[in-house]
Amino acid sequence: MIQFENVGLRYGMGTEVLRDVSFQVPPRSFQFLTGPSGAGKTTLLRLLFMSLKPTRGLISVFGKDRARISPRELPLMRRRIGVVFQDFRLLDHLTTYENVALPLRVRGRDEASYRQDVIELLKWVGLGERMHVLPPVLSGGEKQRAAIARALIEQPDVLLADEPTGNVDPPLARRLLRLFMELNRLGTAVIIATHDLTLMDQVDARRMVLTGGRLDIYD
Amino acid sequence: MTEIAERATALPARAAARRAPTPIVPAQNVAGTALIVVIAIMTFLSCLTLGAVTLVRDSSSAWQTEISREATIQIKPGDDLDMDASLVAAQGLAAGFAGVRSASIVDEDATARLLEPWLGTGLDLDELPVPRLVIVTIDPNSPPDFATMRTLLAEQVPGAALDDHRTWADRLVAMARTTVAIGLAILGLMLAATVLTVVFATRGAMDGNGHIIEVLHFVGAEARFIAREFRRHFLLTGLKGATIGGVAAIIVFVGFSIWSSANLATPEGDQAAALFGNFAIGFTGYAGVALVAATVTILTGATTHVTVAAYLSELDGRQHD
Repeated sequence: MIQFENVGLRYGMGTEVLRDVSFQVPPRSFQFLTGPSGAGKTTLLRLLFMSLKPTRGLISVFGKDRARISPRELPLMRRRIGVVFQDFRLLDHLTTYENVALPLRVRGRDEASYRQDVIELLKWVGLGERMHVLPPVLSGGEKQRAAIARALIEQPDVLLADEPTGNVDPPLARRLLRLFMELNRLGTAVIIATHDLTLMDQVDARRMVLTGGRLDIYD
Repeated sequence: MTEIAERATALPARAAARRAPTPIVPAQNVAGTALIVVIAIMTFLSCLTLGAVTLVRDSSSAWQTEISREATIQIKPGDDLDMDASLVAAQGLAAGFAGVRSASIVDEDATARLLEPWLGTGLDLDELPVPRLVIVTIDPNSPPDFATMRTLLAEQVPGAALDDHRTWADRLVAMARTTVAIGLAILGLMLAATVLTVVFATRGAMDGNGHIIEVLHFVGAEARFIAREFRRHFLLTGLKGATIGGVAAIIVFVGFSIWSSANLATPEGDQAAALFGNFAIGFTGYAGVALVAATVTILTGATTHVTVAAYLSELDGRQHD
C-alpha cells in the first residue's frame, strides 16, 4: 500500500535527517514507529502523509509515485490517510461533533448525509455525551479520542498516530490502544509513532526503530 | 476561556434546536476587530484626500470659468477726452462683436463705490483723473476675437485699453494645475500607504489562523476550499471596515456642505465659498469614495488568498520540488 525505497531527506543544506529508509506498509497491518527524540519519527510521518517530498529515493503511495502526484491530487490521496497528532489539533471554536465531522464538511457533503455516522462514531469512542461541547472543556483523553474519531470518520486505509498516548495517563493509553487495535481489525493499517515501551509491550506488532536517521525493522 | 466554557454549557440546548454550522473561520477575534479599525481609518483618510482633491479641482475650474467669462475696457482720462462719448463708443464697439453677450458701462456711482475702500466716501470723480470701465460679458464657449477688438479700440477710442484677464487667468490655471497635481500626488501616497497597511494588517490577522489552515490541510481540504473560506471571511471584514471609513468620510463631506449652506450669508461662509465653492464634492467625489472602499475590500480578499496559498505551499513541502 505504501512503499519506501532508499529514501533520504535533508532540510535545506543540513545533514540528512533520514538515510536510506526502506520499508512497506501492507494493508491491514499494525506497526509501531519508535526511536529516541529527534530520530526523525515526525519527519517520517510527514513523508507518509505527503507533507514533505524526499530529497532522494522512491516513495509509492497507493500504487502512485509520490514524485508524480500533482498538488491537485494530493488532498484526494490524503483523504485515504487519517492523522492523529500528539497535540490533538482540534479547532477550539467548533464543537466535538463539528471537529469530527470536519473532513466530511470540507468535501462539501450535506450535513444530513453524515450526521448519523458522526454520532455513531462519537458514541463508539465514548464521546456520545460530549458531542456538543467545545474542545477547551474536554479532558486530555477526550480530546485525543475526538482527534482519533476525526481521523477515522472517512474510514481511511491508513491511520498515522504521532505519540497518541503522550498526553494521557496509563489506563487511558491502554484504552486508546485497544481502540487502535479494534480499528485495525476492521481493516485499517495503523502506524503509531511512540517511545512508550510499556505501550508497545502490550501488542505483538512489528516495530520500526529509527536511530540517527536510519531505520531497523523488527517483525 | 470563560466565554468558551459558557458557550459549551449552552450548546446542548442550542443543538437540540439544530443550529447552523459554526463558520470554519471564527467570526471575530481581537485581530479581526483591529483589522476592521485599521481598514476603516485608512479608507476614511484616503476618501478625505480624494474629496479634497476633487474640491480643489472643481473650485479651480470654477475660478477659471468665472474669470474667462468677463473682459474689461479701461478708458484713461485725457485733457481733451470726452469720457462719456468714449465710454459709449467703446460699449458700442464691444457689443458689436460676435461672442459678446453684453457690454455695460460702470457708471460714476458704481465707480465711486469701487474706489470707496481706498479714497473714502463723497468722492467727486470730476476732480480726479479716474479711469472708467466698460464690463464686457463674454460667451465662454465662443469668445470674441480679442486681438481685433483691441486694435479697433486703439484706433477708434482714444485712451481705451482692453484687458481680457488672460495673464491673470494663465497664472490661475498654472496655480490650479499645480495644486491638483500636488493633491493627486498626496492621494497617490495615501492610497499606497492604505494598500501596504491593509496588506500587512490582513497578513497579521491571518497569522492567528495558521492552525486552522493546518488542520484543514490535514483533513484533506482542497486548497481552493481553504482559500475560499478565508477569502469570504476577510472580504466581509474588509467590506465592514471600508464601509465604515467611506460612510464616515461622506458624513464629513455632507456636514461641511450643510455648514456652508447654513452660513451662506455670513462673512465666514462667503470666505469659504470664495475659496471652495459650495463644499459639494459632487458625483465624482462620491463615486471616488465608493471606488476606494471597493478597492480596499478587494485588496483585503486578494491578500488573504495569496497568504493562504503561500501557507499551503509551505505545508506541502514545495521546497523540495
